[in-house]
Amino acid sequence: MIIDGSTARRLSGSAAFLSAVCLASSCAPSPQAAPPAPVPASATPGIMATAPDLGPAPRLVLPSPTETTLPNGVTVKLVGMHEVPVVQAVLSIEGGARLDGELAGLATFVGGMLDEGAGERDAFELAAQIEYLGASLGTGAGWDATTISLRAPKRTISEAMELMGDVVLRPRFATEDVERQRDLRIASILQSRDQPGAVANNVFGYTVYPAAHPYHRPIGGDSSSTVQLDSATVRDFWNHAADPRKATLVIAGDVTLEEARALATSALGSWRAPSSAPAGPGSAAEPPRPTTRVFLVDKPEAAQSVMMIGAPGVTRSSPDYSAITLMNTILGGSFSARLNDILREQKGYTYGARSSYSWRPLPGPFVASAAVRTDVTDSSLAIFFDEFRRIRSEPVTQQELDRAKSYITLSALGEFETTGQVAGELASLEMFGLTLADIPKEMDQIRALGAADVQRAAERYLDPAHLTIVVVGDVKNIRTGVEALDLGPVTLLDHEGNEVTP
Amino acid sequence: MPNSRPLIAALVAVGALCPVRGLDAQAAALHVPVVIDTLDNGLVLMVHEDSSAPIVNVNVWYHVGSGDEKPGRTGFAHLFEHLMFMGSEHAPYPEFDRRLEAAGANNNGSTTEDRTNYYEEGPANALPLMLWLEADRMGWMLPTMDSAKVDLQRDVVKNERRQSYENQPYGMVWDHLPRMLYDASHPYSWPVIGSMADLSAASLEDVKQFFREYYAPNNAAIVVAGNVKAADVKALAERYFGAIPRGPAISRPTPEATPLRGDTLLVLEDRVQLPRLYYAWHTVRGWAPDDAALDLAAYVLTGAKNSRLTKEMVYEDQTASSVSAFQDGKRLAGEFMVIATARPGTTLPTLQQTIDAEIARLAADGPTARELEQAQNAFEAGFLDGLESVGRKADRLNAYYYQLGVPDAFQRDIDRYRAVSADDVRRVVRTYLTGPRAVISVVPQGQASMAARERMTP
Repeated sequence: MIIDGSTARRLSGSAAFLSAVCLASSCAPSPQAAPPAPVPASATPGIMATAPDLGPAPRLVLPSPTETTLPNGVTVKLVGMHEVPVVQAVLSIEGGARLDGELAGLATFVGGMLDEGAGERDAFELAAQIEYLGASLGTGAGWDATTISLRAPKRTISEAMELMGDVVLRPRFATEDVERQRDLRIASILQSRDQPGAVANNVFGYTVYPAAHPYHRPIGGDSSSTVQLDSATVRDFWNHAADPRKATLVIAGDVTLEEARALATSALGSWRAPSSAPAGPGSAAEPPRPTTRVFLVDKPEAAQSVMMIGAPGVTRSSPDYSAITLMNTILGGSFSARLNDILREQKGYTYGARSSYSWRPLPGPFVASAAVRTDVTDSSLAIFFDEFRRIRSEPVTQQELDRAKSYITLSALGEFETTGQVAGELASLEMFGLTLADIPKEMDQIRALGAADVQRAAERYLDPAHLTIVVVGDVKNIRTGVEALDLGPVTLLDHEGNEVTP
Repeated sequence: MPNSRPLIAALVAVGALCPVRGLDAQAAALHVPVVIDTLDNGLVLMVHEDSSAPIVNVNVWYHVGSGDEKPGRTGFAHLFEHLMFMGSEHAPYPEFDRRLEAAGANNNGSTTEDRTNYYEEGPANALPLMLWLEADRMGWMLPTMDSAKVDLQRDVVKNERRQSYENQPYGMVWDHLPRMLYDASHPYSWPVIGSMADLSAASLEDVKQFFREYYAPNNAAIVVAGNVKAADVKALAERYFGAIPRGPAISRPTPEATPLRGDTLLVLEDRVQLPRLYYAWHTVRGWAPDDAALDLAAYVLTGAKNSRLTKEMVYEDQTASSVSAFQDGKRLAGEFMVIATARPGTTLPTLQQTIDAEIARLAADGPTARELEQAQNAFEAGFLDGLESVGRKADRLNAYYYQLGVPDAFQRDIDRYRAVSADDVRRVVRTYLTGPRAVISVVPQGQASMAARERMTP
């Protein structure tokens, strides 16, 4: 929600193109040769003539978590951070929406239900107590895990952790609460029809992943799956999903190991594993990669066309993770990257263009996207494809390569500043079976890569002949231009991915 | 169950901070130490040393926003913010972004009605580069400005407007609401992003004039926060900014907002599935005596699940899918808003009934002690959250300096929320939220019958 008129140069937080990264001590950026300066308008002190020499970048000292395991199998990781008297706890239970099965949206719905009443408190009492303690509690699910995060001042953390224990071990899932939240979700799905970005994202999933694949339907479900949600279904899902053997609790903040162990034991010590064996990491058949095709979704009178272009990507465990990350940083993973540079900074077609690989245990999608002025929809698509082809056919310049390598390896210095960042990073690495010790290795890999490696990654993982294009816009004004590009067959879909027959 | 007590009783040491005991030995003061200097050209420099992470944040505020614009020239402050990234004499376009990325640093800028800010954040060794780039665009940007740059960023800004307003469900509310609250001559009567027509009309000469008027060192303040030494920062700042001449004295308009004479109602038909109601009242400026009480009133109405309107409308009656309220105290004036989206099958008069009744009840009886304390604790916890990040601290310090003339006002800010009584909340609700208001109904196309109604005269 917009709560003030603040207007930014670029969307913040929209480009999460770097996941786990770390840093280097060397990597002094190679300054680019400056063109001759124009005639100065005022006396310029000599000191301004050239950019300052920066000297070596600081070393990042990675946090060193202390690890312990509770008797019931919960892994506990502690990072002491004593700058501010707050504690951040993140409990991550492997599983998540990729295990939804037939009922799309189930995991995220259950995740959202956890704090709608637990233990002796209903939803109001629970919220009142959390806020009274100056704490914040978030519950939810992603594709691969259910996550409960708690933040509290040091002085109230033990009372707040008891509430975390309640939501994990004793959620109520009362019928009236489930029905209310279900109806709210139905309203929210209804509203998402008006949001071109949400429609594009949903249709992208429907078209890129086949019906049996866990990523086919929206993570938040659709109207047909949501109406089926009831208290028994929710309870059954949680009884299987809430497995301490699959859980990691990260605590970062102003506590000692002894305090952390006591907090974890008191909140989660009585958690018992479900009788069923833990579910595996989940698997799915490799999604097909059909030849490039275009799907249009009509939004009459739209001022912009929202476009997403992509395909199933690769898993986080790919040996080419570093090369792909570097390639994408140059293509569309930073402000200076080619896609934003051309579509925004040279052409003025958009407020921002970007690309990303979603790193998950199963291959998440590669997506390149932008919202562009309606009358340049076809020109913008053409530029995306020109750039896909160019990064495959020509080596990137030495300047681009050096800049992207430094950007990835050095921006990591700021990624372990807050307790929230540290806890989030540790929980995320855990999901991929990685530790902080892997980060310097990946950074070494990045530093060792050359232009040929970038080109090879593009040739192998970015194939313009096998992409899916989704455009949500004013079809009557964009269709002819898009068809004339001859990128592939053009089909009209509705907001749920069903073919629209004229 | 805890009794009434400050959450931050244990001393908060932030960054490389020294504890400072407050008058009350029990509750210690929150202190974020700052070394503040003013260069000869008027540029204010504030440094906060924090060695907890190997990074630095440079945060620059220019004291100009859309509130300084003239009718027919709307959107200039924000358009200008975009142009600040288009190169300067010694760092021609596109060096600004490229050099920072090569140093591992991020950057952005933003514009509000009252100020424009810019920041860079990255490894601490990049500090000289950040200051050099900021100095170059403060002192040596004008000679490089040309109409091609203006044309290009004009197009980018128009796309930003399309993305946030025209192509966003309910987005056009933020274009209409300012006009309903303020006279056409008041600079809060247009949105920060400006109108498409005025953006089209912006000329190179307009842009240059704007720069000469507002982008002078004596109208700017810089906070540097992070793993740095204050003396080093001052030396660097003098080296790079020292030769930039002081600009003319700046006079900023301080027009008064004309009170609404009665309720005004507007119905917008939009491509939306569910109708949404917007109420807005004039209130007070930021940091005015009633500002904190209005923030707490908003929390009592919608700040948590058990807040009054959320509980009644979203949970019990289930007439709304969401409801939110907030006080927005700005430099020249303030507004209080309540926004509620109907559930399928509900129309806006139903939402009005509940909201009006709850506001009347709060105006008559005030919040309970428990409600007030929950609200105060939640606000206080919010202060702690901002203290871990040098970027958030830097922006907060610049905000306090701008609003109060003192950067380290964290404790003063906490104290003003703690000082609010239940009777204060009752009084501000009665004073500000029972008078004339602007009402916008956004309804699905052809569904004007769902819109809000005028209120019954008492």
